[in-house]
Amino acid sequence: MYNFEFEKPSTVADAVSALGGEDAQALGGGQTLIPTLKQRLAAPSTLVSLGGIPDMQGVCIEDDGSVAIGGATTHATVASEAAGSYPALAALAGLIGDPAVRNRGTIGGSLANNDPAACYPAGALGSGATIITNTRQIAADDFFEGLFSTALEEGEIITTVNFPVPQAASYQKFLQPASRFALVGVYLARFADGVRVAVTGASEDGVFRWSEAEEALNKEFRQDALTGLSINPANMIADLHGSKAYRAHLVSVMTKWAIEACM
Amino acid sequence: MTKVSMTVNGKTVSGDVEGRTLLSGFLRENLNLTGTHVGCDTAQCGACVVHVNGEAVKSCNMLALEADGADVGTIEGQANQDGSLNVIQQAFQDHHGLQCGFCTPGMVMSAAALLKENPRPTEVEVRKYLEGNLCRCTGYHNIVKAIMAASGQDVSSIAAE
Repeated sequence: MYNFEFEKPSTVADAVSALGGEDAQALGGGQTLIPTLKQRLAAPSTLVSLGGIPDMQGVCIEDDGSVAIGGATTHATVASEAAGSYPALAALAGLIGDPAVRNRGTIGGSLANNDPAACYPAGALGSGATIITNTRQIAADDFFEGLFSTALEEGEIITTVNFPVPQAASYQKFLQPASRFALVGVYLARFADGVRVAVTGASEDGVFRWSEAEEALNKEFRQDALTGLSINPANMIADLHGSKAYRAHLVSVMTKWAIEACM
Repeated sequence: MTKVSMTVNGKTVSGDVEGRTLLSGFLRENLNLTGTHVGCDTAQCGACVVHVNGEAVKSCNMLALEADGADVGTIEGQANQDGSLNVIQQAFQDHHGLQCGFCTPGMVMSAAALLKENPRPTEVEVRKYLEGNLCRCTGYHNIVKAIMAASGQDVSSIAAE
């Protein structure tokens, strides 16, 4: 990889200031960014580590019952510390990568990267989370803008992600065993005011909500409600691990598994 | 170059590194601790697993400067004080948990991290924990057996399939 300067600020304000430099780039846990740098697919002049900012660490429960997770919190910490307050999300975090990757990778890094097969985008969109940055709050519905693309501005940092806790939720991940990403993953959350179904790993446009399934499940929350519904394979990802039609089919199957798990 | 300091296997060490220097590179090239192996250099194989502040991490996927001030443990620090093999290393020898040995440092470091958080894991738990450690020789059975044995469990009924 090309060389760069390295900075590790201890406050959000200092990180924002460091990211104001030309070609500066934020570094979360580095589990995607470092391999990307090794392949010379990115060449920042400065890497600004977000791992030394205490305000961006940890899981806490807010007064309204929602779960707030610091942007630099590792998957392993979410898997253990959110297990009581939001078990489905903790389970999602515990399925990412492998144990050593989970000890480094962060929720903010995953969301900011918006890999089309990553797990956290499905968890955030399926939960209707709010992504809180150093400047504003962004609803998950407005955050994900397509393949590796988000609403984040240059130099903007995810400081906290706030998750409303549903009555029931489940993440069903059909594992691509070599990469440990989702071949298809479905996050289903059932709130008092409706069901949300978010799909990752499937679409060429990245994570999306399966609104037809949500409408059907709002009328009747059972697996049979999906009968007759299908995903159009046209926009699905096709690679050596699965065709468009296979992924479209898996979306239905994973959604049914998630419904079953929420019963 | 930037100065980096950390504790490695209980000793304070320091060196001058570039921003891009990986922790695996610092350990191997600056400290000559070549027990930490670099297999794939893409964070897939787990041969480079070390402990940073007690947690297993892939040292080829972490910058040396990110470990500034950290407490790092490598395979060189695993033996008992008298130089004899620790319980995990001895179990790998007793149960033939290695063949070529390239993956073994990462396996032992992952096993140590597992047994710290889960002192008596089931076979399924051991296999799940080793998802990020690849071995191309053994077929894993004897590695799993060795880790079960190191946790003090009876492994006589676990067949080397």
